[in-house]
Amino acid sequence: MFVKELVINFYETAAIIVFGIGFVTLLLNRNIIKKIIGFNFMDTAIYLFLASKGYIAGRIAPILAEGTDPTVYQKAVNGVLTNVPTVEKYINPIPAGLVLTGIVVSVSFTAFFLALAVRLYREYHTLDLHEIISIMNKEENKE
Amino acid sequence: MIYIQYILVIFLVICAISVCVTKNLLVSLIIFTAYSLVMSVIWLFIESPDLAITEAAVGAGITSILFFITLVKVDKMDEGEAKDD
Repeated sequence: MFVKELVINFYETAAIIVFGIGFVTLLLNRNIIKKIIGFNFMDTAIYLFLASKGYIAGRIAPILAEGTDPTVYQKAVNGVLTNVPTVEKYINPIPAGLVLTGIVVSVSFTAFFLALAVRLYREYHTLDLHEIISIMNKEENKE
Repeated sequence: MIYIQYILVIFLVICAISVCVTKNLLVSLIIFTAYSLVMSVIWLFIESPDLAITEAAVGAGITSILFFITLVKVDKMDEGEAKDD
């Protein structure tokens, strides 16, 4: 029963698994660039989760074709063409709009992290976070 | 069609695991770029073409270029240091 629900909502399942792997990469890898990649994995996993919440199976993207009535569309109900509100034709576009903002924000975050990583490398000549921390501790002890 | 989506989703998970496991930075960056491209195909499958375009341009393009620029800068600093010695 539980496994069946996981398979039906496989986008959400995969999003949570990828989030977990990204979190492990962020926590357990010593390399700063690996940590940033893990952070990016967590970002995209959350976007996948949100966008799959807005998806309704069997419906299409809310893009209007030319020459159609935007409020109603014709659909065969029990073999008879009837006018149905367009709302029942399209997926929910609000999560997609939010995720679009999030993707752009995550790029600026990545750029900021990478700039900080380059500055750290210039200062300590290593990308290993443990080595950087040990060098910082040594410098503190000298003072 | 549903089986293609299963394959793509499993590919995502495999990419994430292999980035976590590989030691080489360049290899992990290339796997991350492949992950972003597959993610943009998945956006198409869940009916969000605007997200697909943005992910292909920004996630696979600009982000990986930023990572590669960082790697090149770090390597150049290494070479400069070796010349100083």
